[in-house]
Amino acid sequence: MSGEAGAAGAPGAPEAAGTVGGMPERGRGGIAAADAGPGVPETASGGLRVLPAGPGALLVELDRGEHAEALHAELLRRRARGELPAVREIVPGARTVLLDGIADRTPDGRAAFARALVSWEIPPLRRDAVDAVEIPVVYDGPDLADVAAAWGVTADEVPGIHAGTEFRVAFCGFAPGFGYLTGLPAHLRTPRRATPRTRVPAGALALAGPYTGVYPRTSPGGWQIIGRMPGPQELWNPGREPAALLSPGTRVRFVATEARS
Amino acid sequence: MTGRVEVVRAGALTTVQDAGRGGWAHLGVPRSGALDAPAHRLANRLAGNPGTAAVLETTVTGCAVRPDRPVVAVVGGAPCRVTVDGRPAAWGAPVRVPAGAVLDAGPAARGLRSYLAFGGGLLPEPVLGSRSADLLSGLGPPPLRDGDVLPLGYATGAPPPVADAVPWPAAPDVVVLPVHLGPRHDWFTDAALRTLTTAAYRVSPQSNRIGLRTEGPALERARTDELPSEGMVFGAVQVPPDGRPVVFLNDHPTTGGYPVVGVVAESALAAAAQAGAGTPVRFVRAGG
Repeated sequence: MSGEAGAAGAPGAPEAAGTVGGMPERGRGGIAAADAGPGVPETASGGLRVLPAGPGALLVELDRGEHAEALHAELLRRRARGELPAVREIVPGARTVLLDGIADRTPDGRAAFARALVSWEIPPLRRDAVDAVEIPVVYDGPDLADVAAAWGVTADEVPGIHAGTEFRVAFCGFAPGFGYLTGLPAHLRTPRRATPRTRVPAGALALAGPYTGVYPRTSPGGWQIIGRMPGPQELWNPGREPAALLSPGTRVRFVATEARS
Repeated sequence: MTGRVEVVRAGALTTVQDAGRGGWAHLGVPRSGALDAPAHRLANRLAGNPGTAAVLETTVTGCAVRPDRPVVAVVGGAPCRVTVDGRPAAWGAPVRVPAGAVLDAGPAARGLRSYLAFGGGLLPEPVLGSRSADLLSGLGPPPLRDGDVLPLGYATGAPPPVADAVPWPAAPDVVVLPVHLGPRHDWFTDAALRTLTTAAYRVSPQSNRIGLRTEGPALERARTDELPSEGMVFGAVQVPPDGRPVVFLNDHPTTGGYPVVGVVAESALAAAAQAGAGTPVRFVRAGG
């Protein structure tokens, strides 16, 4: 919520091989190509590499966002099975997963973890594995016409395309409760607004680049607003378990609804 | 006996802090917690508390509080004048504060942040397992204002015997920050990497709980494309478009889109958080 967030792609703001323990680590395993989702070539390889991120962390980078989502899902599966070395945080990003708070902070421990990671065979992401969270949306945003122009459709067609898409939370950030949702096909990218708004209301449903997001609270923002979610306080409630409606990996569907008086 | 602490003088920026809110970074929740973690733990130990109990963290100007029950308090971290109802009292050691008396921690003589620990600990409502104020996302109790009242926990007994000399680390004249390069050092020119570890930087007055900002030569990028948002660690040295390194402290954003040239060893961050504006900063290559 601050300029210091430093996220050039954040909704509110504007390669030499890395080494671990002295040895570059690049994936020999990787992500199987089948069923990896629309637009993923059959020959896709995860291109997994492990970058150093201080004594207690590793940053795992992949070639594509879908591969990072698949790795994240695999990390959670292995952690649930007790097969993952102890880490405090598993933080997905656009094309990365950060493993932070690694219990074994020795260079040898990190290097062994990195070697294990690059040897993994990671199953492709399954988008139909769990029920989707449904978010009601009134598609009456001020940027519908601009988004329609970017997509090459009419403004009337945007809600149908958007509500007909199955989304998945790729990663979170910017503010507690804010998820970066993927699922729109690659040709439906949306440029950010040339001039960010100083005030975007809580509940605003907005697009930028490949992402869809819903602002959990009022804040500055540069994304294109196509609608609003009634009752945005559902997005984040630290007194509830779970606190976040949207966490990495959550499947999401937007349901068009009429404006409430 | 539980009780309450009334804020008589909130000071420039006083917050409740404990050991932080780890484990929620994937939801965009910063770790938060006391910036000078060793001072936080030591103040708690001397007050007879677990090291993780919630304390007050002041900024530059100190603060004053009035407990409604007798309490053992410890003022540590940045050295300052301590008084109880106007009478001088010990800094860095347990002080008995009678019910209704005012404990005043004065302006920091060196360093920035003093810590006030109370026997039994402060008990504002925890959020996601922590009572810490997070100034990036606004979780936890807000910064104190005059007249605020904080619940005080049950003191379990007499504080432990105190050693004759307790070693509180002094605020540094020069902040030396050992940096482990990566993950994005390859986004910078070789000259920039040399500049980072040889040039003289200074602490910027724009520094806060989110990050230690620096003034000094800009680091030149070898790659100018946009970095897709990625996870950020405590101590990350992020380089925004102006080229001046920012060292991420406890309230740092959990993801960011500017490249991280290196990561400062966690053990050096407490001293960094006590360094005032203008303090020289030297980044050095860390081993291992």
